Amino acid sequence: MFIPHTEFERQEMLKVIGKDSLESLFSDIPEKYRFPKLDLPPALSEMEALQELTELADANNSCDELICFLGAGAYNHYVPAAVDMLLRCGDFFTAYTPYQPEISQGTLQAIFEFQSLIANLTGMEVSNASHYDGATACAEACISAYHHFRGKRTKILISPALHPHYSDTIHTYLGAIDKIEIADKSENIQIDSPQFLVEQVNENTALVIIQYPDFLGRIMDFTNLGKAVHDAGALLAVAVNPIALGLLKPPSEFGADFVVGEGQPLGIPMSFGGPYLGFFATRNELIRKISGRIVGETIDGKGNRGYVLTLTAREQHIRREKATSNICTNQALMALAATIYMSLLGKSGLRKVAELCYQKAHYAAEQIAKIPGYKVNKDWVFFNEFVVEYPADPKIINDFLLHEGVLGGLDLGDYYPEEKNKVLFAVTEKITRGDIDILTNLLQEVGND
Amino acid sequence: MKTPENLKYGKTDEWVKMDGNIATIGISDYAQDQLSDIVYVEFNKDVDEAVKKDEVLSTIESVKAAGDVISPVSGKVLEVNEGLSDKPELLNDDPYEKGWVCKVEISIPAEYDALMSAKEYESYCAGRH
Repeated sequence: MFIPHTEFERQEMLKVIGKDSLESLFSDIPEKYRFPKLDLPPALSEMEALQELTELADANNSCDELICFLGAGAYNHYVPAAVDMLLRCGDFFTAYTPYQPEISQGTLQAIFEFQSLIANLTGMEVSNASHYDGATACAEACISAYHHFRGKRTKILISPALHPHYSDTIHTYLGAIDKIEIADKSENIQIDSPQFLVEQVNENTALVIIQYPDFLGRIMDFTNLGKAVHDAGALLAVAVNPIALGLLKPPSEFGADFVVGEGQPLGIPMSFGGPYLGFFATRNELIRKISGRIVGETIDGKGNRGYVLTLTAREQHIRREKATSNICTNQALMALAATIYMSLLGKSGLRKVAELCYQKAHYAAEQIAKIPGYKVNKDWVFFNEFVVEYPADPKIINDFLLHEGVLGGLDLGDYYPEEKNKVLFAVTEKITRGDIDILTNLLQEVGND
Repeated sequence: MKTPENLKYGKTDEWVKMDGNIATIGISDYAQDQLSDIVYVEFNKDVDEAVKKDEVLSTIESVKAAGDVISPVSGKVLEVNEGLSDKPELLNDDPYEKGWVCKVEISIPAEYDALMSAKEYESYCAGRH
């Protein structure tokens, strides 16, 4: 183990504080609890430990070997090699959230570029330096809206088609505040959400939060909803898939006050669920209520370009009880990955990825719909995810697919019991026509049994 | 430090100027100096909203701290100084005139009477170091 202090330095420090041994620092802890005996197996050598961990890791199937049709919030997009290469520069890789920010100019510049790219992508005026993940960013939008109305509007209206994990996280964040009423009717996921939500908005609504494309992959026109929300004086938050924004009109065009989302599709591997990246963009008018930090560009006394923490208004080091949120850490390394990804692809590259996802998903949906017994709802407008109704229990069919090297879609019945035999498929640019043929052949084979 | 004679002062560094039953409320020169550069002012009460003594009227943020303007009197908010939203520095530059925060129609005159005079406030501030 690496211990930076020498025995001499330790003795010096002990002398300063008037103690004679390291153990005496722990004298407040009863002796019998100080060094409890740990029931651990004998230590392994590095080589043995690596062998054991490799064996454990090999028991998993990764999406490098499987054909992946699973999405629902985390997507198997291609990550260009340059992302990982640049990410592993020691200067970025080892740095933690800058507590003395202005000496970390490289980190600040990376965050500044990230903010600029996210603001462009979402069509919003300002982006913060990032959050843990999409779910956290959604919850932060709710908190910002609640504080924006100074607690006078107490209803948060959640779209039935918001990702159920995002909804859970919002409940976790806000559930303990007695005043706040969280309205979500998850049993009604199939409902045409814009009109359903329009009817529920009133003068007590602080925020309406929707997903675009929604959890079932649908793209809906939220123009009327945006208008109804603002007519009632409330705010609108939109959780987006950032890749879809390469193709779809930005949520700012239908009146989004907050655009949030999961940044994993932007050059971050799925990694069994994390670390991921939350992004959070809003209008200038609301920046005093948002959590996290904003990096700005300026010039120093000699006229050189430099970067500073422009705004940390609601962070705890200003004054804890006045903070909107006590989350200070941003996902700097993951934000950097997304920054590199977006910079490499550019506007046209991102559009190309989005088009490939859209076209391949639509081709897959058409082919699946042709198989007897499988249904795909043709009326839905979708991006790269769609719902397939299986002729039998998804567990049986997906097990069969997995056995053949194909990771099937998400069994919606696990989240919405009434959505029996319905499966959410995701298609990314990594899926080939050959992959789709393999899938449809297998579905046909198992469907006939 | 300026402490105009015609004003009364609260323990949390607000000043009050009475005109009939209307109290104009702001923060003292001492308070703005302690906060240093003020960068943001938020009003926690709307016009026509009732306010009780000791409730928060406004939150002020400076480059080094955030502080509350606590109402020294009870009544109804008549007006807030919207100009501070764009020019929060008025609180530093001119705390007793252009940097006023709110006007309140008071309902309990005894609350005003109980506030400190300029002299009392000066010695109160002197005793804080």
